[in-house]
Amino acid sequence: MTLLELRGVTASYGPVQVLDDVSLTVPDGGAVGILGANGAGKTTTLRAITGMVRTTGTIRFDGADIRGMRPDRVAALGVAHVPEGRGTLTDLTVRENLRVGAYLRRDRKAVAADMEYCLDLFPQLRDRVRSNGSALSGGEQQMLAIARAFMSKPRLLLLDEASLGLAPGTAKTVYEAIRRLRTESGIAMVVVEQNANLAFTLVDSATVLETGRNVLTGTSDELRGMDEIRRAYLGG
Amino acid sequence: MGTFIQLVVDGLSTGSVYAALALAIVLVNQATGLVNFAQGGMAVLSAYIALELVQLHVPLAIAIIVSMAASFLLGAIIERYLMRRFERGDPDTAVVVTIGLLTLVTGVCAWIWSYNNQQFPSLFPSSTVSILGAVVSVSSLGTILVIVVIMVLLQALFLGTKLGLALRAVAINPQSAAFSGMPVGRLLMVGWGLAAALGAVAGALVAPQLSLTPNMMDSPLVYALAAVILGGMTSPLGVVVAAWLIGVLENLAAVYLPFIGYDLKVAVPFILIFVVLLVRPQGLFGRKAVVRV
Repeated sequence: MTLLELRGVTASYGPVQVLDDVSLTVPDGGAVGILGANGAGKTTTLRAITGMVRTTGTIRFDGADIRGMRPDRVAALGVAHVPEGRGTLTDLTVRENLRVGAYLRRDRKAVAADMEYCLDLFPQLRDRVRSNGSALSGGEQQMLAIARAFMSKPRLLLLDEASLGLAPGTAKTVYEAIRRLRTESGIAMVVVEQNANLAFTLVDSATVLETGRNVLTGTSDELRGMDEIRRAYLGG
Repeated sequence: MGTFIQLVVDGLSTGSVYAALALAIVLVNQATGLVNFAQGGMAVLSAYIALELVQLHVPLAIAIIVSMAASFLLGAIIERYLMRRFERGDPDTAVVVTIGLLTLVTGVCAWIWSYNNQQFPSLFPSSTVSILGAVVSVSSLGTILVIVVIMVLLQALFLGTKLGLALRAVAINPQSAAFSGMPVGRLLMVGWGLAAALGAVAGALVAPQLSLTPNMMDSPLVYALAAVILGGMTSPLGVVVAAWLIGVLENLAAVYLPFIGYDLKVAVPFILIFVVLLVRPQGLFGRKAVVRV
């Protein structure tokens, strides 16, 4: 069953059109990558889904038309967006950040259990539950952003460049945790990533964007085998 | 000894008035990240609304509660239709807009009610009680009590409730708040509304002491800002303690330091700010903003 579907989506910031014609299909429980160079429209595609940018075309989540819907309404439907830059709530503690993620939930016991789960998933955060968000390292803030998104109990997770600015070892740890999250919770994912090698460890299929259009779409295995993908994104 | 206690209690009472306004400023700051210079002007408007009701023979307590409700609505409307345009932009612009708003609200009050002083009834009886040989007015004690209750409620709101967490989250990072399902616009309106309602309490506490005029709150606002800086923007408790400190030290300095006297007592809070900012820039109770670079 299709959970998220984008068809012929365009998006613009003022007069500047960033997405020209983007399509994307995410099955329930599936994980789809969006690859591409800087400025190809990867981040904007995610922002189009959560109502952060003006769009045309079709955007459907779980059968409902969500194009142009306010970000908090989209979140309430079960879409959690881990934004580029991590979106840390700097003056709140780690625990408060996680409580923000659970804002819409009323099931207190399950929230407490999920918080424990997050702290197991990212043991580094457990040591710092009382620290302010601003005191965390970049890697810890990325883990916090993912944990905060998970706390909303989403059906779809949008991950924007989770490896950006992290040391290779840290990026690997973060992706291992996301993979574990995916296996254990079955949350569907859209993964925007510049580091295609990392992305392919997580996603089943991917699409490549260039100047706001899909230029290639295929399964991870198909894409990994293609020469142009190897040259452009996999380092030879 | 009697004089000393009397000075302290009176200082706590004046300090409590500064505290009420300072708490409203902290509330808006925690909920929107801004400093609202119009907070005093809005409090004056609330006091006039309460006075109008009293003149229609509404009991004072009910008049104040109704004016709080009206102020809540007004605060929410100001946020929605005025401040909303400036919140995404440069924070300095938004602060200047609040200064403009202060001028506007004061002008509107003067236009409707003139600059003449008006008597505002007090919530408390004018009797006195004797504490350790000092004669202390019931209204001073009542004012202090009201502020303590408000402070406890605010502290509980920010630290113990989902609404408080949401208000803070929206101020810190509206995008992340929205991604977690928080209705950002509505929460901003609630923050301004609550602060305006709190300002209405401040107005009702000040007006009987200073008598009601459109610019009644101008000098309390200066002291309230001093208390906010001194106490630290993030801590309701800190702000109240700072406001009390200002009220008490100001009173004591005026009497016991001949060098200062009544003429220079206005300088006391600023000397205090100067010293505190040198030693503890985050304020007496504020959390230090630690940023990892």
